[in-house]
Amino acid sequence: MEDFLNAFVLLSNFALVPALAYGSQLALGALGVTLVFAVLRFSNFAHGETMAFGTMIAIFGTWGLQAAGVSIDPLPTALLAIPLAIVVTIGWVLITDKLVYRFYREKKSDEVILLIVSIGVMFVTAGVVRFAIGVDDQVFTDGERFVFSAREFRTYTGLREGLALRTTQVISVVAAVICVIALFIFLNRTRTGKAMRAYADNEDLATLSGIDAGKVVLVAWSLAAALAVLAGTLYGLDKSFKPFVYQQILLPIFAAAIVGGLGSPVGAIVGGYIIAFAEVLVTYAYIRFLRYLLPQEWLPEGLAQLVGTEYKFAVSFVILVVTLIIRPTGIFNKKPA
Amino acid sequence: MTSPAAPPVAKVSPWRTILPFVVMGGLVVITGFSQSWNVAFAILNLSVISAIMALGINMQWGYAGLVNFGVMGFTALGGMAVILIAADPVDDAWAAGGAGVLLGLLVLIAVGACTYALRKMLGGWIKTAVTLVVIGAGLYAASTFFGPSIDRIEDINPAETGFLGGLGLPVLLSWIAGGFLAAGAAFVLGKIALGLRADYLAIATLGVSEIVIAFLKNEEWLTRGVKNVIGLPRPVPFETEVREEAWFEQLQATLMMDEVTLSSLVVKGAYIVLFLIVLFIILWLAETALRSPWGRMMRAVRDNEMAAEAMGKDVKRLHLLVFVVGSGVIGLAGAMLTTLDGQFTPTSYQPLRFTFLVWVMVIVGGSGNNWGATLGAFVVWFAWVQAEPVGAWTIDLLTSFLGEDNPVREQLVANAAQMRLMVMGLVLLLVLRFFPRGLIPERQR
Amino acid sequence: MSLLTAEKMTGGYSASHDILHECTVTADRGEIAVIVGPNGAGKSTAMKAVFGMLNLREGSIKLDGRDLSDMKPTDRVANGMSFVPQVRNVFPSLTVEENLEMGAYLRRDDISETISEVFELFPVLKEKRRQPAGELSGGQRQQVAVGRALMTRPQVLMLDEPTAGVSPIVMDELFDRIIEIARTGLAVLMVEQNAKQALEIADRGYVLAQGRNAYTDTGAALLANPDVRRSFLGG
Ligand SMILES: Nc1ncnc2c1ncn2[C@@H]1O[C@H](COP(=O)(O)OP(=O)(O)OP(=O)(O)O)[C@@H](O)[C@H]1O
Ligand SMILES: [Mg+2]
Repeated sequence: MEDFLNAFVLLSNFALVPALAYGSQLALGALGVTLVFAVLRFSNFAHGETMAFGTMIAIFGTWGLQAAGVSIDPLPTALLAIPLAIVVTIGWVLITDKLVYRFYREKKSDEVILLIVSIGVMFVTAGVVRFAIGVDDQVFTDGERFVFSAREFRTYTGLREGLALRTTQVISVVAAVICVIALFIFLNRTRTGKAMRAYADNEDLATLSGIDAGKVVLVAWSLAAALAVLAGTLYGLDKSFKPFVYQQILLPIFAAAIVGGLGSPVGAIVGGYIIAFAEVLVTYAYIRFLRYLLPQEWLPEGLAQLVGTEYKFAVSFVILVVTLIIRPTGIFNKKPA
Repeated sequence: MTSPAAPPVAKVSPWRTILPFVVMGGLVVITGFSQSWNVAFAILNLSVISAIMALGINMQWGYAGLVNFGVMGFTALGGMAVILIAADPVDDAWAAGGAGVLLGLLVLIAVGACTYALRKMLGGWIKTAVTLVVIGAGLYAASTFFGPSIDRIEDINPAETGFLGGLGLPVLLSWIAGGFLAAGAAFVLGKIALGLRADYLAIATLGVSEIVIAFLKNEEWLTRGVKNVIGLPRPVPFETEVREEAWFEQLQATLMMDEVTLSSLVVKGAYIVLFLIVLFIILWLAETALRSPWGRMMRAVRDNEMAAEAMGKDVKRLHLLVFVVGSGVIGLAGAMLTTLDGQFTPTSYQPLRFTFLVWVMVIVGGSGNNWGATLGAFVVWFAWVQAEPVGAWTIDLLTSFLGEDNPVREQLVANAAQMRLMVMGLVLLLVLRFFPRGLIPERQR
Repeated sequence: MSLLTAEKMTGGYSASHDILHECTVTADRGEIAVIVGPNGAGKSTAMKAVFGMLNLREGSIKLDGRDLSDMKPTDRVANGMSFVPQVRNVFPSLTVEENLEMGAYLRRDDISETISEVFELFPVLKEKRRQPAGELSGGQRQQVAVGRALMTRPQVLMLDEPTAGVSPIVMDELFDRIIEIARTGLAVLMVEQNAKQALEIADRGYVLAQGRNAYTDTGAALLANPDVRRSFLGG
């Protein structure tokens, strides 16, 4: 029994808890992609850079607050900077909409054109971010590092294995839950939220009903930007901020959104966790875990790792490909692809 | 579906095509005189390779409206072909693990065939379940062969080899192989992602390039990974060999240049000639295809997919064909790039950055027009190379009033290189918005 | 002068090619006006023109004496028009109730009364109020579409083929509802493919051919007109 508990604690510490936090971050990112897709009808490749942009502003805010001696210890100061980052990022995204996307929307350009355009926006944003903060790693996490550390856990439970719970992991999950609940209340209960869903469903009829397309688009962009800032900042707090990583995160985010069903908020959330758990569980080295559960002679050689960590992006990709083969509309989508 | 390019106009004079190339040539010559001929030749070499990549993207985007964001993945596959074909075989490694690797490959192929056959025969949930079981078992079986063999291969003289090496064949063959390798990958990917929403292909290709590059970085037994494969065979003589030739001394006497510079120019020149030959062959083929009934059909499909489908054209098959051919062309260019470098360095493939640059080339040049894409490659690559010194200089100048060690100035100067990406992004957006037909617009045929 | 008067509408989807040629339709309070005609005659186009979804080169649209000719569709909704398009006329992933709420998007007052009126008119919808409209049958979906249009409490209700794709029994049922709606004092302007049945309930009928008014009369008179019967009603 104790072996079993130890095994479970081990797996939780190195796989389940990190995956839960990472999944929350991916879910928030995928929500942004899916919202833009539902309302503006294109896959926004700039979303990863929007996350980087928002995180950058949050970091600048954090530095400013730290310099001013403001602190909310044990929580990271960056949480205080998030509102500022959201406002600035919404501003940036709305500027790109006004200067770039609106033109093609009004012309009713093909979605592929918008996709290419979003790549342009992506690189401009990437340039701004790298220009302003550089390409290097930035660690901006402060405050209490652990809710409880592995040692504390061991002393408390008497188990051999420890479970550390990092503050940033808890914050990620809590923030994701709050955001998701707030978003669903907004979409299902408020007039503007319903109008947004109506617009996503049937643009022409929404316009006939007097729903202001401009306003819906504005709200969609703002929500996507806010979600991007949260996803990016939480990811940065949990790991670190590096522009290149935020560029790479685009693939798991899109995979999450597509697995769940592009345009479906529920799908984005489920997709985020699917991708995160798959990525972590497939690249986890199970050997120590198995030592608790299997007799010595049954143990496999090596690390018992299914796939090397180098290939974690391959996991998203494989899930993406399997989705495209089996159910291209994604799990939660009824519209044909 | 609206066409990617705006509607073409009736008749354009051929000068509309020729003149920009002349201007471009002038710019390179100016670079030669004002900076150095070495720089000018290096720009030309990479311009020609980029032009071939741009032609590949132009086939996919310009002819068919397909979005391929995996340029670097296909390029890297082409690069790998150079190792597989042209590197010298490592006999010890083959003896140690060759058989195991080949067996593993056989198992993989068998699994693929089995899965395909079973999926044809079965239906419903059984299909999915059987597929999963077969693939799982197959992968396990393959790994029992691969695992130990790979370890043995990588253990053999890791500092210098530690990989299987290639077939030791002439390097020019690898260009063709690179094309086929990339085309094969594109075929599999196209089978999966074509016929769905247009963005799915974009995302899938983006993923493929990430994975191909991760694969090349990590599979040391095949590519030596981050340890790089250096000293790949070259299709042209070495600089030192050139210097021994009698005609070289004559040339040196007439041009009055120093030995080292001139020999390096001669070698670069030889590459340029070689690459230009390939470029012209592909241009000729692409133009011929575009003028054929097939090309007309292709554009009909692009401009109105629904109508073309109604007319009974199998849109998906047409798309698969262009996607495969276009990716093959990119793979070919990738093999050329690795040949030019003489080494294979997986870390140098940045999945998105260069892909994006090729896209800018096509859009700036004029999507749908092969000459446009070619010109775009020259213009954009030239600008990309020259933007670095010019950008640094501009920022230096603009911030000089801040004083030598102002932190803002230091930050800006340090990150000036990043400006290039931003400028390219802006160029893409501006061209798409205000000159969607590019430098040399698509012609009506 | 009728409540709704759309006079001499001329125009089409592009500037160079007119679909409508001096087409005139009117509708009055408590009346049903029906437009019939062969496929491609321009019936849907005429409806879109009245609703402002088409740039007319000539002609005017007046409602209750006010000139709406230069208004956007949304403003026409605010001024008492309501339109149920021929296709894609519900929000499929929204529930029935949310569809109705969206119909009343422009209203800022209490809409619960109007919702119960719609439920009274179409009792099925009350049962299915929490179901996504996309999961309803074709006939039920048409009811949602009409209900949505009624939510603004319009003076004129415009319906483009409300009975498309529904069975004859449901069609009769739907026509009954439309008569009921007209009785409450609305003007109903409706395009119908089932010309005979529609003209039977029509106070006023328009036969459109190639974008022109071919015949205009009361419904009964058109049904009795041998020329109309021969050319448009299939004998
Ligand atoms: N969106 C559009 N753009 C361009 N032309 C159109 C458009 N919609 C309809 N047309 C053209 O306008 C003409 C009239 O079409 P309309 O839809 O008004 O016919 P209809 O009388 O409603 O036919 P049906 O009974 O089949 O619904 C047709 O020739 C059609 O091709
Ligand atoms: Mg019609």
